Amino acid sequence: MTVFILRRLMQSAVVLVVMSALVFLGVFAIGNPVDILISPQADQAEIARATAALGLDKPLWEQYFVFLANALHGNLGNSFVFNEPSLTLIVQRLPATLELAFSAMVLAVVLGLPLGLYSGLRPQTALSRLIGAGSILGFSLPTFWVGIMLIMVFAVQLGWLPSTGRGATVRVLGVDLSCLTWDGIKHLVLPAINLSLSRIALVIRLAASGTREVVHMDYVKFARAKGLRPSRVILVHVLGNILIPIVTVLGLETGAVIAFSVVTETIFAWPGIGRLIISSIAVLDRPVIVAYLMMTVFLVILINLLVDILYSVLDPRVRYGEARA
Amino acid sequence: MTALTEETPGIDAGETPLRYILADFFASKLAVAGLVALGAIIFIALFAPWISPQNPYDLGALDLLDGRLPPGSAAADGGITYWLGTDDQGRDMLSAIFYGLRTSLIVGALSAGFALVIGTTLGLIAAYIGGRVETLIMRLVDLQLSFPAILVALILLALLGHGVAKIILALVVVQWAYFARTVRASALVERRKEYIEAARCLALSDARIMLHHLLPNCLPPLIVVLTVQVAHAIALEATLSFLGIGLPITEPSLGLLIANGFEYMMSGKYWISLFPGVALLVAIMSINLVGDRLRDVLNPRLQR
Repeated sequence: MTVFILRRLMQSAVVLVVMSALVFLGVFAIGNPVDILISPQADQAEIARATAALGLDKPLWEQYFVFLANALHGNLGNSFVFNEPSLTLIVQRLPATLELAFSAMVLAVVLGLPLGLYSGLRPQTALSRLIGAGSILGFSLPTFWVGIMLIMVFAVQLGWLPSTGRGATVRVLGVDLSCLTWDGIKHLVLPAINLSLSRIALVIRLAASGTREVVHMDYVKFARAKGLRPSRVILVHVLGNILIPIVTVLGLETGAVIAFSVVTETIFAWPGIGRLIISSIAVLDRPVIVAYLMMTVFLVILINLLVDILYSVLDPRVRYGEARA
Repeated sequence: MTALTEETPGIDAGETPLRYILADFFASKLAVAGLVALGAIIFIALFAPWISPQNPYDLGALDLLDGRLPPGSAAADGGITYWLGTDDQGRDMLSAIFYGLRTSLIVGALSAGFALVIGTTLGLIAAYIGGRVETLIMRLVDLQLSFPAILVALILLALLGHGVAKIILALVVVQWAYFARTVRASALVERRKEYIEAARCLALSDARIMLHHLLPNCLPPLIVVLTVQVAHAIALEATLSFLGIGLPITEPSLGLLIANGFEYMMSGKYWISLFPGVALLVAIMSINLVGDRLRDVLNPRLQR
């Protein structure tokens, strides 16, 4: 197990370095920050001075190593717009995004798993067909469109829920949370539903198709033949075996949820990192773009690592297979 | 090959696998409805310039006095009726939606098509050659798939800027890995079967074995992935255009029409945003319905 985790840690580190190089090269290709920072009237000498001050006159590989060394010290440069460390900007807004993403994931599991299990166990009932059609709908509806509809119906027409911002927050351990105040929860409901909709559909489909395949397996038939209670067969034998793909996919989806919050945050004016990146792309705020990318990439890699470890705990075949390879 | 099947005893000539699959497919009313809707949408997309009441991007044909008219209003000059209303520039929404569907469908189909070709080629090579080539390609696939599609697209478009070609490029980059992974998975299974060994014994070229023997047997899952990815590409393009980093205003897709109407939605002028949204939904839904049924029909594990 330790060997497996160490191997995965090494792989993750390599991916992180590769991605940092790609991000660096990619962002390097967007415009010249000197053009944006310096007034158009500046003469050649001033431009040269600014270029040297920013370290842009050095060869590309040297700039990359400076970037990497600074990144390891938690320094990803100051935002051109806010004139604050870009990492600070990201970290300030990260809790809002994580809260939104986490709420969406919880909704996906709490709603998706029972519905999917039911429609997998009783595929022919009318309710199952409805769930199936609903899950296709959940998959097909683009997030931004659902968001607009939610605002249209619940905020504009019915006036039940607010459509912008986070509402009142409570500071817990230095982090602002919306989900602890009534006002905050009201603000959280629409964006969380919006972000979770396609994940609910995903969980339903995974659970339903998994159940449909698993119920025909010999071990389920055997468990039934032994005379185990149906609830025990479903909760232990069926659920235990369909959970592996669900945990994997959901874990991997966490990264996508954080990335997709760009859309939800834009529509609902949720003050997270997604809104920050969209406005930063618009004004070519290079350090913030880099910081956002590195942070998201780091989160995604971390999540993938955790999912793999969890996966090997759930399915022993994986770690034995890895160890032998 | 065909001569052989016809003479093989026990197989009724009318009971070809294709016919099985088609019969199975048409057994689902939902899937048939999806197919009909998809046919209608493709028809609209193909013939948009001929069936639209108005050319929505010929500025000379627009009348600013007709701006933001509700659905069913008649034009000020009495020319046409705006069945789905008009936008802020007096553009007939029905025509704008027809043209938008055309753009969305073209972008979706082209990007999924390119991704299919690139991904399938790489996936086949990985499965057939194996070794270091396979490791390299599959590491790339893993790397690509471990990053959310919207993140990759966001970055590429931030770097490349606006344009149809650029958004197609971004969508191809996002999608090729799905095809590569799918093809490799089924090609790995097929590669070990006798017919590939037989083809090798005949000393056929590798390219021939890959394209004529391996590829046709990997097709069923590929078709499913293709339909899903076309729908996915259309949705992603609409999302990016909505965020303002997708297609330029000169080539408006459905996403841009929706974004354009978003600001008027709060003041009750719902039609500018709603109807393009409905068109987008019908397009994506119909493709997904067809793809969903194909997945069930082509999945041997669920075969009754």
